[in-house]
Amino acid sequence: MLHTLAVLVENNPGVLIRVAGLFTRRGYNIDSLTVCQTEDPELSRMTIVVNGDDQIIEQVRNQLSKLVVVHSVSDLTGESVVDRELALIRVQVSTETRSAVLQTVDIFRGRVVDMGRTNITVELTGDIPKIDAFVHAIQPYGLLELVRTGKVAILRSEA
Amino acid sequence: MSEERTGIKGATILLNALQQEGVDVIFGYPGGVLLPLYDALLDSPIRHVLGRHEQGVVFAADGYSRVTGKVGVCLGTSGPGATNLVTGIANAFLDSIPLVVLTGQVSTGSIGSDSFQEVDIIGITMPITKHSYLVKDPRDLPRIVKEAFYIARTGRPGPVLIDLPKDVLAQENVVPFSNEMKLKGYKVFGQANNGKIEEVAKVLSESRKPVLYAGGGVVTAGAEDVLRLFADKTAVPVVTTLMGIGSLPLEHPNSLGMVGMHGTVTANYAVDDCDLLIAVGVRFDDRVTSGMGHRFATKAKVIHIDIDPVEISKVVKTEIQIVGDARQVLAEILEALPGFANPDVTDWWNQLRDWRKKNTIQYDKDRLTPPMVMECLGEIAGGDTIVTTDVGQHQMWAAQYYPTVNPRNYATSSGLGVMGYGLPAAIGAQIARPKDKVVLITGDGSFQMSIQELGTIAQNKLPVKIILLNNGVLGMVRQMQKMFYNERYSQIELQGNPDFVKVAEAYGIRGISVNSPEQVRGAIEEAFKHPGPVLVDITISEHENVLPMVPPGKDITEMIVR
Ligand SMILES: Cc1ncc(C[n+]2csc(CCOP(=O)(O)OP(=O)(O)O)c2C)c(N)n1
Ligand SMILES: [Mg+2]
Repeated sequence: MLHTLAVLVENNPGVLIRVAGLFTRRGYNIDSLTVCQTEDPELSRMTIVVNGDDQIIEQVRNQLSKLVVVHSVSDLTGESVVDRELALIRVQVSTETRSAVLQTVDIFRGRVVDMGRTNITVELTGDIPKIDAFVHAIQPYGLLELVRTGKVAILRSEA
Repeated sequence: MSEERTGIKGATILLNALQQEGVDVIFGYPGGVLLPLYDALLDSPIRHVLGRHEQGVVFAADGYSRVTGKVGVCLGTSGPGATNLVTGIANAFLDSIPLVVLTGQVSTGSIGSDSFQEVDIIGITMPITKHSYLVKDPRDLPRIVKEAFYIARTGRPGPVLIDLPKDVLAQENVVPFSNEMKLKGYKVFGQANNGKIEEVAKVLSESRKPVLYAGGGVVTAGAEDVLRLFADKTAVPVVTTLMGIGSLPLEHPNSLGMVGMHGTVTANYAVDDCDLLIAVGVRFDDRVTSGMGHRFATKAKVIHIDIDPVEISKVVKTEIQIVGDARQVLAEILEALPGFANPDVTDWWNQLRDWRKKNTIQYDKDRLTPPMVMECLGEIAGGDTIVTTDVGQHQMWAAQYYPTVNPRNYATSSGLGVMGYGLPAAIGAQIARPKDKVVLITGDGSFQMSIQELGTIAQNKLPVKIILLNNGVLGMVRQMQKMFYNERYSQIELQGNPDFVKVAEAYGIRGISVNSPEQVRGAIEEAFKHPGPVLVDITISEHENVLPMVPPGKDITEMIVR
């Protein structure tokens, strides 16, 4: 099962390699990993999506907590969270397909951010299934290039 | 600190910070980038012991740490000096030994340019250090040193590396920052275990076949006295790991000896048959479980007490988990015991005694055998002598037969199992505890991996007694080839062995050679009478095997016993 871990780490060079090294060394699989600074410039936030059963995830959490550079680890899986991913997708277009492609982009509330003679670039934000669904829908027209940021997530505020 | 803000040299700041941590000795080896440090060392009260190889200095620091419980400190230059330390760092990491490893590094401006003697030692050692620092500003040294020692010795101890660029050491007129630690992310585990302690006491009182399985965590926590009280009060039998040797002396009535691959038959049967396994400061290593956690102590409820949450349920499923310091937790359990009945273990002990009676290994006292040498050595040297060992058959004979009474008197490379550890570890031990007797039990293969350290022994006039079990072969490998590879012996003969007595003598060290059983006692007595270092070269047969033995992949009850 996929788990989303929110990991608060020191914002120093070398931190990423410590975290990534731990995953390779122990044979855990990273599905995606994002890092960015937090509101506190001394800290970064990693959102790590990792695959494993409960026992493995428990090991991953404990191993991460043991790193001196890691301040906290929380498993957002099963919690009430808002999660998003950003994707940039270049799609082939021709005079015949252009309007159909644009319509699909519209349905998914994407934005066209660049346009060439034979292709357009779409920006899309959403949870992972939405982006997967868009990729699926657009494929028949000719998917030229795809970049995804990986998931970022935050706990929902209590009502 | 002083109000005067004149500033001092980076290297001096480092040495002052080490002194603040109580460092009295550094085991080291110099080189180019360390010149500013070796210069400053001339004006420092800290003693420096010059090894003959960086692997020796890190093993010596490790030996120093094991016999004192203090943080060991070693130092090597950049590049080859640093890479030579790597094996020793791995050794300390796997056995959770607190070390602060100092390495020289090329100047900050040259880092990353493949300059002369540059290696990324932080990168190389990342998987085998508890933490590491690259010092970029000498003003940070007091804080970094303080943090490094704190991390090395607290929680589950381990090696911490500090990489020291030459310009950081050489910089003059530095006014250091405060040494206040900034370790928000570092957690030391161990909290109140309300409820769980009572639960342990209850489960124990209901048990009919309990076993306590003690390891290195007991030694780290200094819990041997509490363990003994616990054993005395509850009559629970105790097995130890290699790391836990001495935490309950072999002659204690509750001791069943070592468990695992070369453990005693009784210990292995007991663990297999018990209904309650109290695991304290152990990690269910594959030398104990045969690498099969799911087939280990299957009839038992398992209670796991360890300071490292990562170890809990890593290998075996456990019923009660307590994260904490072994001494503290055992003491709490002891306090809770009076509220519960003592377990009825009468039948259990009858069973255990029966196993023991049937399986005590008899050896011929008239032949020159390793057990005979070990027992003779034990009688003469006594249980409170510090023992260090190398790796191989001799290590297992020492573990099985040497009557250690204090776990701080025993240093052996367990997790890494690294040949060459014993001699430098003996050096570190003797320097740490100059008034105590130190004996190295080694083999002809292992000894030659660190033989150059005889120079360190000679230079420092260390009265270490070296007992060399000389079988002319890589005995442990031979034993495996005999048992599991149809006696197809491959690359185990050490035909080029020197005359070890002459080698010792060449270093100014007394050498005694032993070839017959009658000579054993006299030679060992003479070694201990002599005030200086002595090497006793004891010829034993290559046909001796370490028994019992659990073959690879077999349950721990499926032992080869003869
Ligand atoms: C550095 C290192 N290399 C290889 C081994 C594998 N190994 C384990 S025991 C052993 C033989 C040890 O020979 P010796 O020191 O003579 O001890 P004996 O078994 O003969 O008592 C070897 C090669 C090891 N443990 N460490
Ligand atoms: Mg040998």
